[in-house]
Amino acid sequence: MWASVAVTAVKLVVVAGSILTCVAIMEWVERRGAAFIQDRLGPNRVGPLGLFQPIVDAVKLLFKEDVTPTAVNKGLYYLAPMISVFVALVTFIVIPFGAGKDVTVFGVPLGGLIVAPDLGVGILYLLALSALGVYGIVLAGWSSNNKYSLLGGLRSSAQLISYELSMTLAVLGVLLATGSLRLDDVVSYQASHVWNFIPQFIGFIVFTTAVFAETNRLPFDLAEAETELVAGYHVEYSSMKFAAFLMSEYMNMVTASALIVTLFFGGWSFPGMGRLSGWWLLIASVAVFVTKLAFFLWLFVWVRWSLPRFRYDQLMQLGWKGLLPLATGNLVWVGFAMAMRWL
Amino acid sequence: MMVTPMHFVIFAVVLFAIGTGGVLLRRSGISILLGLELMLNAANLALVAFGRMHGTLDAQVFVFFVMAVAAAGVAVGLALLVAIFRKRQSIDVDRLNVLRW
Amino acid sequence: MVVLVFYAAVVVGVVSAVVAVAHRNPVVNVLSLVVTLFCVAVSYALLGAEFLAAAQILIYAGAILVLFLFVVMLLNAPEVKSASEPRPFQRTAGLLLAVAAGVGGVALLMGIQVVAPGAQVSGDAQAIGRLLVGPYLFAFEFISVVLLAAMVGALVLVKRKH
Repeated sequence: MWASVAVTAVKLVVVAGSILTCVAIMEWVERRGAAFIQDRLGPNRVGPLGLFQPIVDAVKLLFKEDVTPTAVNKGLYYLAPMISVFVALVTFIVIPFGAGKDVTVFGVPLGGLIVAPDLGVGILYLLALSALGVYGIVLAGWSSNNKYSLLGGLRSSAQLISYELSMTLAVLGVLLATGSLRLDDVVSYQASHVWNFIPQFIGFIVFTTAVFAETNRLPFDLAEAETELVAGYHVEYSSMKFAAFLMSEYMNMVTASALIVTLFFGGWSFPGMGRLSGWWLLIASVAVFVTKLAFFLWLFVWVRWSLPRFRYDQLMQLGWKGLLPLATGNLVWVGFAMAMRWL
Repeated sequence: MMVTPMHFVIFAVVLFAIGTGGVLLRRSGISILLGLELMLNAANLALVAFGRMHGTLDAQVFVFFVMAVAAAGVAVGLALLVAIFRKRQSIDVDRLNVLRW
Repeated sequence: MVVLVFYAAVVVGVVSAVVAVAHRNPVVNVLSLVVTLFCVAVSYALLGAEFLAAAQILIYAGAILVLFLFVVMLLNAPEVKSASEPRPFQRTAGLLLAVAAGVGGVALLMGIQVVAPGAQVSGDAQAIGRLLVGPYLFAFEFISVVLLAAMVGALVLVKRKH
C-alpha cells in the first residue's frame, strides 16, 4: 500500500512540477512569440535569448508591495486567487501524459504516467472541478469593490458558463465513440482506431474554440479587455496575488492543450509505437505528447497575437448560435456514424 | 470503528435540520432558497445511503433526477426573486403581504 | 482512512451548513453552501456513488450555486434587517421546529432496523447510464421537458415589459 502511495506521490510531483515549469516557459514563449509576430526583439537581456526572464519576473512579483485596498471584502478578496490556483492545480490528475502500463517501479506497477489511473469518472472529474474556476473570477470581481472588476468578473463568468456547454457537448462526442469516461481509454481507442479529429473535425473545432474562451484568452479575453475595463477582475490585485491569477491562466492553458491532444489527437500515441514496450514506450510516448502539447500551446500564443478581440454580443452570438448547434450536430453525427458502424 | 450507511443517514438528518432552520428563520428570499437546496441535498444523501443498504442503483438514478428538477426549480425560484425585487426593491419575504400583483 | 474522511466531511459539512444559513452576507452564504455540497459529494464517493459525486459538483456547485451568486450580485439587495420588526414568536417556533426535525429524525433512525450490511454497488457512469436509458427512459426524457419549461418560465418572469 505505502509503495503505491509513494509511486502516486512521485507521479504527482513529476507532473505538477512539469506543468509549473511549463508555465514559466510559456511566459517566455508568449513574450518572445509576441515580439516575433510583431517584428521586434522581445526580452533578450537576461540569459541566453532572454530565457531567464521568467525567473526575474517571478522574483519581481514576489518582492513587489502587496496592496490591499481598504474598501475590499477582505476574506473573499484573499480567497479568490486561492480558488483560481487550486482549481488550476487539481484538474490535470486525470490526464494521461504517457504510456507505461507494463512499467514497474520497485515492483509497483506505474499504471501509465497519469496521476489517478483508477478514477472511473475520468473526464467528468476534470469538467466538474474546472467548473469551479468561475468562483475565483466572480469573487475576485465582486470582492474588489470596483466597478471595472465587477464588470470583468460578471462578463467572464457569463462567458465561462456559456462556453462550457459547447465544450462539454464536444467532449460528449468523443466519449460516445470511446464508450468510457477515462482518458487513458480515450487514448488507447484512438491508438487502435483513428485519431478523433478526423471523424469529429467539427467537434475538434468547437472544443478548441470553447477552450480558448474558457481560458479567457484572446480573442475571447473580454474579462480583461484592457481598453475598456482597465484589466477586468484582477484590477485591484497586486504582487503575488496577481501572479496567482496569471499562473492559473497559464496552467489552465496547459491543461486545455493537453485535453485537446488527448481527446482529439491521440494523446501520447503515435502510429508505429506499438513495437516499443516498457521504459522505451514510456519515454517515446512522453516525447510524442510533449511535442503535440507544444504545438497547441504555441497555437494559443499565435492566435492571441493574430486575432482582434470579439465584441461582447458577438462573443455570446458565437457561443449560443454558432458553437452550440455545431456541437449538437457533431454529437448527432457521431451517434449516426456509430449506428451505421462506421466508427 | 466503522462507517455504515446509517452514519450517512444521520449526517443527512443533521443537514436537513439545519436547512429547515434556515428556511424557517431567515427572511431573505435568497437564504430561504439556499436552505431549501440544503434540505434537498440532505434528502439526496439519505436516498443514496438507503440505496447502499439495499444494494440497488435505483436510488442513485432518483438522486440524479432530483438534481435536474432542483436545477429547474432554482431557475424559476430565482427568476421569481428577481421579479419581486424589481417590483418591491426588497427580497424580504415578510413584505410580500399582498395577494395581488 | 474511510472513517477519517467521513468525519472530516461531517464536521466541515455541518459547520459550513450552519454558516450557510446563518451568516448575514449572502455571498458568504452561497460560498459556504458550496463547501457543504462538496462534503456531500465526498459522502457520495464514500458510498460508492462516484458518478453522482462528480455530477453533484458539476450540477450543484458548477451551475446552480453560480446562478445564486449571479442573482446575489445582480440584486445587490440591502441586507434584510431582522431588528426592524422583532417577531420573537415566529423565531422561537422556527427554531423549535428545526430542532424537532433534527432530533425527531435521529430518534426515528434509532428505531430502524438496518437492512443488510450494505452490498457493494458500483455507481459508475456506465451502470447509471444503463438504468437511465433502460427502465427510466421515460422519466429521463421527461426531465428535458421539465427543464425546458423551467427555462421558458424563468425567461418570462424576468423579462421587462417595454
